[in-house]
Amino acid sequence: MVFTSSVNGRVLIKIKAEGRQQRMTGLDQSQSSQSQINAEIAAAQEAYAKELADGASVRHHPARDYPPYRSSVLRHPKKPLVAVGDPEAVELSGPVFGVTDVTELDADLTRQHTGEPLGERITVTGRLLDRNGKPVGGQLVEIWQANASGRYAHQRDQHPAPLDPNFTGVGRCLTGDDGSYTFTTIKPGPYPWRNHTNAWRPAHIHFSLFGTAFAQRLVTQMYFPGDPLFPYDPILQSVTDESARGRLVATYDHDLSRPEWSLGYRWDIVLDGPAATWIEEGRDA
Amino acid sequence: MPEFAPKLASKPAPTPAQTIGPFYGYALPFTGGGDIAPTGHPDAITLHGYVYDGAGAPVPDALLEFWQPAPDGSRTGAPGSLRRDPVTGAVLGRHGVDFTGFARVPTDADGHYTIRTLPPGNASYIAVCIFARGLLHHLFTRAYLPELTELTGVDDPLLASLEPRRRATLMATAEGERVHHFDVRLQDDGVHEETVFLDFP
Repeated sequence: MVFTSSVNGRVLIKIKAEGRQQRMTGLDQSQSSQSQINAEIAAAQEAYAKELADGASVRHHPARDYPPYRSSVLRHPKKPLVAVGDPEAVELSGPVFGVTDVTELDADLTRQHTGEPLGERITVTGRLLDRNGKPVGGQLVEIWQANASGRYAHQRDQHPAPLDPNFTGVGRCLTGDDGSYTFTTIKPGPYPWRNHTNAWRPAHIHFSLFGTAFAQRLVTQMYFPGDPLFPYDPILQSVTDESARGRLVATYDHDLSRPEWSLGYRWDIVLDGPAATWIEEGRDA
Repeated sequence: MPEFAPKLASKPAPTPAQTIGPFYGYALPFTGGGDIAPTGHPDAITLHGYVYDGAGAPVPDALLEFWQPAPDGSRTGAPGSLRRDPVTGAVLGRHGVDFTGFARVPTDADGHYTIRTLPPGNASYIAVCIFARGLLHHLFTRAYLPELTELTGVDDPLLASLEPRRRATLMATAEGERVHHFDVRLQDDGVHEETVFLDFP
């Protein structure tokens, strides 16, 4: 179905799929309300607070079983993970990348097309560290994100916000010897999704990171400070530890802003899991 | 350029994982991502299978990564998995001389993946990392190759520690010459055992 609505003679929206209309008008009765989701988020946080009070250790990562994020229900294992302590494990080494795997323009998402993308130009910079605080140099950092209107250049994203012909939203770079990375991009917009009625994702940039060990692999999302959508978002709230949640939020750093050009954000990333430092540390004996 | 923050505490807390979401498809997969083995290599093996959810339905939006030693047992890997053309930015593909040891493939609409590689040296398995929409924190598992595992048998400390039914979820099954089948089951569907997933503390 296609329909066009106009107000004051201006065409506002063209809709090709009934699902989009349904989403725009919130007609899907099978979906939970935001208040139901909020109650579930609060319950999970209370349960975590009780665990902590009973002596459990701090939980740095989201639980894979987190019902407020509806898609997690059938996609998480129910049996506990099996700990591998084998010093010969292949996962203690990992893939490497180099200058042939990136091009110079990959770290500047605003220069990948002939024109300037719409939106607020930003730089995101920080350091990639292992859990000992040691910089991870020469490793691949990949990012992807929605455009300023909150739409991904992905066929499955049918959110009726404009695509930007000058913005794809994909970048990559190698970290420097000090673990540093920098991307120039556009601040992404928030966007609706179908987890529940009136569900909106806070603006975020997806990050993919490698350490020196495959076991340090990390895929995560960086958020922007002060976003009013934080409390409503089950994906961010799946990190039930408040201080851990805070580590997903970048810091606005005025010293990183460039006059008449861009606003600067800083976000350091710390990889979990064992680093492949045992060779250097002589623990292989 | 401002200086970076002073040295952090010796043990900084880790950055939490978040789901890969539904829209990584135009960012992370790359042409030839599943072709670790050089084209036409006579020793190449195929590893393929499906990813299933707790309802037994295939997962069409998972991303799988594989890491393994080279056939000579080297674990240093090599750059060049995502080799790019500096003129157009397009993926050139691996040059086929170095063994990068790394594969990345999305599942297709059937929840199916395929990689082509060379048997790992000095290891009987290929390490697997699974990402998916709905999976808030990625999962690690291993695909043990039967012809290599028989050599070591239960000498492998992980396999030796598992009950037979659980151990079986880590074993790829031979499916004709040089073809192995390995499924990932994110959750027990009432019929099939859930895959053993690993933690590296």
